[in-house]
Amino acid sequence: MPDGSAPHGAEATAEGQRIESAVRAVLGSMSGDLTVVEAALLAELEGLGRTVARAKQEIASLKVDDITLSHIPSATDELDAIVDHTAQATNEILDVCETLEGVATRIGGPEAEALGNAVTRIYEACSFQDITGQRIGKVVTALKAIEARVDQVVSRFGAVSGHAASGESAAAPVDPDETEGRRLAHGPQLPGAGVSQADIDKLLADFD
Amino acid sequence: MDKNTSVLIVDDYKTMLRIIRNLLKQLDFENVEEATDGAEALAKMRAGNFGLVISDWNMAPMTGLDLLKEVRADARLKSTPFIMITAESKTENVIAAKAAGVSNYIVKPFNAETLRGKIEKVMANA
Repeated sequence: MPDGSAPHGAEATAEGQRIESAVRAVLGSMSGDLTVVEAALLAELEGLGRTVARAKQEIASLKVDDITLSHIPSATDELDAIVDHTAQATNEILDVCETLEGVATRIGGPEAEALGNAVTRIYEACSFQDITGQRIGKVVTALKAIEARVDQVVSRFGAVSGHAASGESAAAPVDPDETEGRRLAHGPQLPGAGVSQADIDKLLADFD
Repeated sequence: MDKNTSVLIVDDYKTMLRIIRNLLKQLDFENVEEATDGAEALAKMRAGNFGLVISDWNMAPMTGLDLLKEVRADARLKSTPFIMITAESKTENVIAAKAAGVSNYIVKPFNAETLRGKIEKVMANA
C-alpha cells in the first residue's frame, strides 16, 4: 500500500481485479479449447489467489500497533516489576536473617546453632530469587522476539506498523565480537533440561 | 582452609552477592570483596591480592567465563582458585569452563554444604 495503510474496500477490490485479469491473461495465452483438467486447475488457481488476497487483507488489518506499542511493553514492565518486588522482599528477608544471626551470637549454645542452621536454610531458599530473575529475563527476551517477528510479518503485507517491508531475514544478526562466554550464556534450564550438581561433579572428575 | 584468605565474589545480582557473603561469613571468611561483572572483578584482582574467586557466569559486559580466561592468561593471577556459581547447567557450559581452567563449578540453586565442600576442595589444591 503506497501510504502504508491496510487494504480495505476499493483497494481490496483492486486486488481481486488484478487476480481476475491475471487468470484471463493465462486463459488468453492458451490456444485451443481448455480441457476439463485445465479449467479446473485455473479455477483452483483463481480461488487460491483470492484466498491469498483475503489473508493479506486480514493480516494487514491486524491491530499490530496495540501489540507492539502497548501489550508487549506493558507485559515486560510488569515482569520487570515482579523482579524488583521479589528482590525487595528477598532483601527484607535477608535483613531479618542478619538480625537473627546477631541474636544467635548473643545467646550462644545449642539454640544459637539451631538458629544458625535455620538462617542458612533461608539463605539457600533466597537464592531462588536470582533464578527467578533470570527466568523472567528470558521471557522478556522471548516477548521482544515475538514483537519483532509480528512487526516484520505485518510490514511485509504493507500494514500499519510503520516499518517498511525490508525482506530481511528474521534471524538475529551475528555479532563478530561475541565472546564464548556470551554465546554460551543460556540462563537457567527447565527442570530436567540441565545437568545436576552430581553430574557436574562427575564430569569435572573425568577431566582430572 | 585458611579463613584469612581474601575472597572476591562476582555476581550482577546484589541479592546473590549478599547471600554468598553471608554464607561465607558463616564459614568464617570475613575478608570478602564484591564485583558486579567480570570487568570490575578483573580490575579489582589486578589491583589487589585475592586467594579465591567465586563468580557467576551470565553478567554484562564481561561474563564469568571471559573473566576466567583473562585470569588464567594473566601471569600473576593465573593460579588463583576460581569457582563458578551459575544457573548455566548445560554440559557444554561445564566443559567450556573446565577447558578455560575453572577450579570447580556449582550450579544454582545451591546449598551451603555444597559451597563449603567446593571451597575446601579448591583451597586444598591451591
